[in-house]
Amino acid sequence: MREIIRAAFVIGRRDLTAIIFSKAFILFLLGPLFPVIVAIAAGSLGGQIARDADKPVVGLLMASGDTAKLMSVRSELSSQVGSSWFPELKSLGSPKPDEGLDGSKSPREYLVDKKNSLVVVVSGTLDKPVITATKAQAQRHDDKIAMLIGYATSGQSTQLPEIETQIVEQSASGAKKGQQMTAQVAQIIMYFLTVLLTGMVLSNLVEEKSNKIIEILAASIPIESVFVGKLFAMLLMSMIGIAIWTVAGLGAVTLFAQGLPLQSIPAPAVGWPMFMTLAVIYFTMTYLMLGALFLGIGAMAATVREVQTLSMPVTMVQLIIFFFAAYTVTQLGRPIELAAAIFPLSSPFAMIARAAQLPILWHHLVAVIGQGLFTVVLLRIGVALFKRNVMKSGGGGKDKASDKKGGGRRKLFGLIPLSR
Amino acid sequence: MNNAIEARGLVKQFDGFRAVDGVDMNIPEGSIFGLLGPNGAGKTTLLRTLLGIIDQDEGTRTLLGSPKPISKSRVVGYLPEERGLYQSMRAADTIAFMGALRGMALKDAREKGRAMLEEAGLGYAADRQIKQLSKGMAQTVQLIGTLVHEPRLIVLDEPFSGLDALNQAKLERMIRAQAERGVTIIFSTHVIAHAERLCESIAIIANGKISFDGLVSTARDRLPPQVHLETETLDGPWRSALPETCEPQGHWWHFSLPESGVEPLLTALVEGKAGVRSLSIERAGLHDAFVAIAGESAAAEMDEELAEEMP
Repeated sequence: MREIIRAAFVIGRRDLTAIIFSKAFILFLLGPLFPVIVAIAAGSLGGQIARDADKPVVGLLMASGDTAKLMSVRSELSSQVGSSWFPELKSLGSPKPDEGLDGSKSPREYLVDKKNSLVVVVSGTLDKPVITATKAQAQRHDDKIAMLIGYATSGQSTQLPEIETQIVEQSASGAKKGQQMTAQVAQIIMYFLTVLLTGMVLSNLVEEKSNKIIEILAASIPIESVFVGKLFAMLLMSMIGIAIWTVAGLGAVTLFAQGLPLQSIPAPAVGWPMFMTLAVIYFTMTYLMLGALFLGIGAMAATVREVQTLSMPVTMVQLIIFFFAAYTVTQLGRPIELAAAIFPLSSPFAMIARAAQLPILWHHLVAVIGQGLFTVVLLRIGVALFKRNVMKSGGGGKDKASDKKGGGRRKLFGLIPLSR
Repeated sequence: MNNAIEARGLVKQFDGFRAVDGVDMNIPEGSIFGLLGPNGAGKTTLLRTLLGIIDQDEGTRTLLGSPKPISKSRVVGYLPEERGLYQSMRAADTIAFMGALRGMALKDAREKGRAMLEEAGLGYAADRQIKQLSKGMAQTVQLIGTLVHEPRLIVLDEPFSGLDALNQAKLERMIRAQAERGVTIIFSTHVIAHAERLCESIAIIANGKISFDGLVSTARDRLPPQVHLETETLDGPWRSALPETCEPQGHWWHFSLPESGVEPLLTALVEGKAGVRSLSIERAGLHDAFVAIAGESAAAEMDEELAEEMP
């Protein structure tokens, strides 16, 4: 074991150095910029549409006179500063003194009610207004509401009244949805990173086979070391990339995203620090499993063509596994979700979704151990297949003996006979 | 003397084709051993199986006493037939990497690699990338990488292939120098002359089977010595001492020494007044021995391959 680790370190060090100082690493670092650019372009277009279609609406649960005044003031000011500057106002009716608000509903209930799509509810009177909203929405709209109330009471917008604020947590259904969204985003990021990295590992191995270096490696150290060294070199490279992206992302948020309601993003069930830790662990596990699988396949293939032939179905299988896991995000606790959590290749995706939605930690320990064991099994199978099928002759995979004698027809990956 | 390599009933097959077919062999430690055979005979597959790069389907093998060859990799050097190096790596780093693979500290391997490059007259190329070197220089770098960790056993698969005459001579000198240090050297070749000059022992392989395994002298002794005789007369009673099928080429006669030995032949020539102008008796060459052991067709294939390699 010690020798395997030592030799894996030699391979990993060489690969990491070669990758970090290559153009491929620059492209790897720039990779996330492309979806960001597309997102910004799509966002600026979609944002305008969203602004037109989804103007924030503030509900007024006040006496009819106060409601009418506020609406009139909004109309007057909008003619001066533009209609999009102030949120839309919507009358929710007048509270009846003996029957509570509008008979039965409280501002909080109006806020939660989806059919109203309200961001804030203003209640009370113009002299003693109360706004009910989430913290983020309250911060976003309280100054504009204060301006309208100030203008309605004193005819000028420079004297802003004191407004009582009632903060509500997001509704139960909203939090659940938010956690599901967090789970899906984590799954997508894990999937794309894994696809990118496993592709790079495979290319790396194929390059070594075409360079004929693999024979020197196989003669010098256990093949397990070659596989492990390559896997971990690429993993370390990705961690360096992720660290750079994280720092760059935090810098960008600090510089350009001040005021964004980041705190309104719902926290995963296990909390952000644990969720991020688990995301890194599950990304590592899914990469190690798929990387081991790809190395096994790459090791069997004698030529780049054979690798390309197999890349498509394997990528499709990867995609199916991802969709399977993504589907189960909303099926928490059902048999299909349990199956996704148990099946090793979909397990990391399903388990990160669990981390977003369930505050239980021991499940993750069991899952990581299972995934680790499966990785070892895949590596062992890859090594066995390598020793059985690879290096059939001195011709780097070209079976000279067979060619000469006309026997031993070549087979794709040693399994499917090739026509001549 | 211990055996560096032992194989018993070794079989390796690919898709039903037996590339190595029941090989038994012993390679004594400290010897220079040649594995002779035409391309496709199974030399490379046999070497790979003996080194543990691939696993045998049947039989057993031990390398320096271990049934797990990879466990001895720190004292083994291997130069594969298909030369391969990282093209973007510098020459000194390549040697250091190969040394590190065999258990050396990277720094030590780099220093030693630089010294060996200097010794080989390539010190100036130590910091050049492999892709910037000529093919011969890259081969030298790979050879140095094979030797940098001072192995006890060196396995060279077709080491002379692709080298010009000057570099072939250099390589022969290197092999002899390593052998003088007590290193066991095994090399495969389809050029009989190399094996004849260098080897104490050889194995001849054809169609995956070993048809001879032993000392070069034993292989040569499989054929009787060759007589080259020049006479003044072309006929006389002395002719009965020569093989019946022997025909003169001018006044020259070439034939295998009869089993009865040289004395009855000499007596017949003198008493029969053949008028001997010249007489020499030589041991059979390895090429003739190879033909006798592996057959005409195998020898012809090797001659063809050699001719193809000639510029």
